[in-house]
Amino acid sequence: MSQRTDRDAIEAVYRTESGRVLATLIRLLGSFDLAEEALHDAFMAAADQWPRDGTPANPRAWLVSAGRFKAIDRLRRRARLDAAGDDIAMQIEAAAEPPEDPAAIADDQLRLIFTCCHPALSPDAQVALTLREVCGLTTEEIARAFLTATPTIAQRIVRAKAKIRDARIPYEVPEKDALPDRLDAVLRVVYLVFNEGYAASGGDKFIRADLSAEAIRLGRLLVELLPDAEALGLLALMLLQDSRRNARLSSEGDIVLLADQDRGLWNRGEIDEGITLAARAMRAREIGAYALQAAIAAAHATATTDAATDWRRIVALYDLLMHADPSPIVALNRAVAVAMRDGPAAGLAAIDALMADGTLDDFHLAHSARADLLRRLLRVAEARAAYERAAALAIHPAERRFYDRRRAQLSG
Amino acid sequence: MHYMLLIYQGDPRGQVSDAEIAAFMKRIEAYNDQLKKDGHFVVTGGLGFPDTATCVTRRSGKLSTTDGPFAETREYLGGFYVIEAKDLDQALKIANGLPMTEFATVEVRPINHLGT
Repeated sequence: MSQRTDRDAIEAVYRTESGRVLATLIRLLGSFDLAEEALHDAFMAAADQWPRDGTPANPRAWLVSAGRFKAIDRLRRRARLDAAGDDIAMQIEAAAEPPEDPAAIADDQLRLIFTCCHPALSPDAQVALTLREVCGLTTEEIARAFLTATPTIAQRIVRAKAKIRDARIPYEVPEKDALPDRLDAVLRVVYLVFNEGYAASGGDKFIRADLSAEAIRLGRLLVELLPDAEALGLLALMLLQDSRRNARLSSEGDIVLLADQDRGLWNRGEIDEGITLAARAMRAREIGAYALQAAIAAAHATATTDAATDWRRIVALYDLLMHADPSPIVALNRAVAVAMRDGPAAGLAAIDALMADGTLDDFHLAHSARADLLRRLLRVAEARAAYERAAALAIHPAERRFYDRRRAQLSG
Repeated sequence: MHYMLLIYQGDPRGQVSDAEIAAFMKRIEAYNDQLKKDGHFVVTGGLGFPDTATCVTRRSGKLSTTDGPFAETREYLGGFYVIEAKDLDQALKIANGLPMTEFATVEVRPINHLGT
């Protein structure tokens, strides 16, 4: 075997196994920092031994076992300086040998996800820690993706790990009574990572696409590890949104509305998988907010043209979503769907009713939705004012450009 | 592992009747009994109002005594528990069950060294 293929083989094992090996090492060693060092040591040992002795039959078990021995070794060496190290080394040695049971290893990955997304950690820390520990991204990669300085992210991760250790946040899958709430928190982190990667602008485009891919990978892992309808729904929703990634921006980086997108650019593979998963999520006894959003995205994805969209079904799904997870933004989306089903006058009445209490007044999408309906009703002056308001409130430059362009296109 | 539960609350004086307070104390006693039975209870205390507080400090050998609490805030430290729990999740569950969470905020902090 040439040296090149040796290194490739170890890198391939690293990509597929390092997350699982780390999750098990954290449980065995009881420390994130110790486990990370042990993971590094284990792969160093693999690079040294595998080319000479051949790749072991079960690389994962080999790496876990090597990491554990290296950690004990490290603690023993440290014990010469600090007596506490020896106690920990003995505790680790006394604990049971690492299990080969695949179910136990799957549980380790779940433990890691739930610990990283523990509500006792700040939302920012949950995201950074999940990307670092579960996805294996470097601190620099996380910093670049979130347009944040590397030391800020590094400090966030160090603080979170210190809190896990000092406040003793358990390395466990939550008990049944706490599981729904804790799973909600995990799904929120995953969707936040996805949206950060999907947002229309800001940061390096390619790194951000990686973030969405990581979120989808996390979504798949959750579906594989936990039988939960909302996990299915979230994965379906992410796949269906991601399927439109290449169609939603023009070559100049301008926003293209769903109605105007080239449906030939949509990713059929992601759509087919998303539709199947959404249907499974909708068959659950209790239908959740992610499943409903996925079903709405699926209704768009199955329409061959914008005119063929089943708006009756979409309004009905928004009605259910308003019941499951009511918010002003869901109400706004429902009003837009009503406009498509019943005409712009009906939609405008619904939006104006929603905006009457002022909660949506600072939300640019509310003004842009109004502007579009006013435009279709040929109320040009009002449409112009609404686009101006939307542009003034928009956060991303691509959004502002879009509103300015729409306003310029108004005749009269 | 030991955790301290710090109970931050608003001033109840003039807000609740004696009968309500008595009914509330009954619920707290029942909860304390449960904590004792389950082996989580170490000690609890209800504090006097902040206007009974006196602060002392010694800076470069000079003792200073002042009237009033360390920090003036609308919510103040009204009481505490020290509990024994296996990890933060168990401590949070115990804190969650406190009847005081209906009106107070309970801060859960690990205790690094407990002297007795």
